Amino acid sequence: MRPSGLTAVALQEALRKMHLIRLFEEKAESLYALGKIHGTMHLSIGQEASAVGACLALKPDDYILSTHRGHGHCIGKGAEPKLMMAEFFGKDVGYCRGRGGSMHIADVAGGNLGANGIVAGGIPLSTGVGLSIKMQQLGKVCLTFFGDGAANEGAFHESLNLAAIWQLPVVYICENNRYAMSMPVEAAFPIAQISQRAVAYNMPGVTVDGNDLFAVYEAVKTAVTRARAGEGPSLIETITYRWRGHSKSDRQRYRTREEVKAWQARDPIAHLEQQLLRAGLLDEAQLAEIAAAAQQTIEASVAFAEAAADPDPASILEGVYA
Amino acid sequence: MLKQMEAVAAGGETAVTRELTYAQAVREALQLAMTRDEKVFMLGEDIGVYGGAFGVTDGLYEQFGPERVRDTPISEAVIAGAAVGAAMTGMRPVAEIQFMDFITLSMEQLVLQGAKIRFMFGGKATVPLVLRTPAGSGTGAAAQHSESLEAWFVHVPGLKVVMPSTPYDAKGLLLAAIEDDNPVIFVEHKLLYRTKGHVPEGYYTVPLSQSEVKRPGRDLTVVATSIMVPRALEAADILAQEGIELEVVDPRTLKPYDAGTVTQSVIKTGKALVVHEAPKTGGFGGEVVAEIVSGAAFDYLEAPVRRLAGLDVPIPYNRELERTAVPQVEDIVREARALVQGAY
Ligand SMILES: Cc1ncc(C[n+]2csc(CCOP(=O)(O)OP(=O)(O)O)c2C)c(N)n1
Ligand SMILES: [Mg+2]
Repeated sequence: MRPSGLTAVALQEALRKMHLIRLFEEKAESLYALGKIHGTMHLSIGQEASAVGACLALKPDDYILSTHRGHGHCIGKGAEPKLMMAEFFGKDVGYCRGRGGSMHIADVAGGNLGANGIVAGGIPLSTGVGLSIKMQQLGKVCLTFFGDGAANEGAFHESLNLAAIWQLPVVYICENNRYAMSMPVEAAFPIAQISQRAVAYNMPGVTVDGNDLFAVYEAVKTAVTRARAGEGPSLIETITYRWRGHSKSDRQRYRTREEVKAWQARDPIAHLEQQLLRAGLLDEAQLAEIAAAAQQTIEASVAFAEAAADPDPASILEGVYA
Repeated sequence: MLKQMEAVAAGGETAVTRELTYAQAVREALQLAMTRDEKVFMLGEDIGVYGGAFGVTDGLYEQFGPERVRDTPISEAVIAGAAVGAAMTGMRPVAEIQFMDFITLSMEQLVLQGAKIRFMFGGKATVPLVLRTPAGSGTGAAAQHSESLEAWFVHVPGLKVVMPSTPYDAKGLLLAAIEDDNPVIFVEHKLLYRTKGHVPEGYYTVPLSQSEVKRPGRDLTVVATSIMVPRALEAADILAQEGIELEVVDPRTLKPYDAGTVTQSVIKTGKALVVHEAPKTGGFGGEVVAEIVSGAAFDYLEAPVRRLAGLDVPIPYNRELERTAVPQVEDIVREARALVQGAY
């Protein structure tokens, strides 16, 4: 029940990050409704265990690559919510100096090589990061997140094959939230599990409950250990569900309210809290304290972002070239 | 709400025209083409029940069913390639690439296959396909969802490139593109989808390769494409109050490009400004300028021919930076006024 190697402190931290993700996104959503931030956003509410459980298996100097639905990965890897929020507001102190926004948040110094506006766009990059780690003998691992939809891009297949023949230290994490925009996985794949595709590239492939932090952690830990030992890549499929629409303009005509409700009953945060309570690691009061502290962090991040300065329009060309 | 009204069509007949949005006009063209010819079908991401990322294909799945309005997985290479293959063998596919940015993943099948197959095979194969795609910035979607890549396709022999700016043109040009026996890249603009204009009911085409004078004027020719057409017209309204009359010309089809209309206009005005959203360097504007200065208009020029285009920068997220990156109405007003007043 309590995976070996995870301290009580690590578990509290994991729970805190899951709260941060949910609260960050709920806040972003309401700020958008108020017209304080623009563009669009892809919320990962309901998928927090997959992001945090996977990152929990990494060391601070390992790398991740992320997706358009990337706030959770970003927080999971240890980004500061206030710098993320500032980016959402398009401010100069934001992670991308206001140039990237929600879909491109990157924390390069923290090993997060970026969210991505292009489906499967990060998968070949992660393969290159794995190559670089191997050539420079850095002893690191690169973990790359992508959705079920991304597994039908050519880039996915080319990447897994290359990583397999070169035995690169990459962990490919397919977050299967049942839909690619409106396309259900049942319509998009002729196979029952996306992890079956690992067979074609002769690498381990597993499917786990993506709403169970421990299940995700265990699977990723195994793959990370293998990668670090020079034994090559793995493919992990985490089964999860997005509670919100695909983006801000989704009328959700492709799924039923009942289906959403059924998945909401499997809330990954509540699930972890129950596990921690039952294991006697935390009591109700401590759980409430963690949630309240996360709430405070998010409120402070909004205050920070609102007070920050916009980039100077005269600086617009900065960053195009080195 | 459709505003019904009578209007006189080109042939002198009375046709019913209504106000439609640009998105509705595109949808109506698709509907008419699919009704008229059972070989016409659509494929793309989320074009079915979802109705397309911008709602353009709303209702077509319900009307024509999943065989003819085909939702695909996220696989842009095969969306383009399957369209080429189907087109070579008797179908008339209309593919949708959800954002023009993602056409980068379709490039090989479009550029190295679709565009060249007819020529390479000695003219014995035909590739009648249309690839529709929304381009442009202004939605806060940042650098990977805001591209204007039309110039890339203009550079490829074998492809045609269409870029409508009004609902009327969108419908007529799309029907012409679907009738055309060549691969046509049909570039829509996200910010134009909700703009309204009069659109006749029923089937009509706007010929590919005919530039149109959208507003006559004596002082300066402004050649504008896509979203820059309404911006140029707005600028013309503003400058008219100062007594400056802009002539706004919309190429509508960038390849093949009807340079003659622009030449005639410049012969009249003696001055030209070219406006587009895509970055200036390597943009279509260079082509327009070259056509002006290398032909009959040259002797009539009274000032340098100028370009006003996007900065050479990826589209930023921040609202103000995003506006700064591409020409706005006030930029066109400033540049046009300067040109007319002899600042260059
Ligand atoms: C190459 C490319 N094609 C299409 C899109 C538009 N798009 C963005 S996200 C998305 C669905 C992605 O589904 P999935 O990979 O399952 O991730 P999820 O959104 O479910 O997290 C689509 C079609 C894109 N951004 N990039
Ligand atoms: Mg998905």
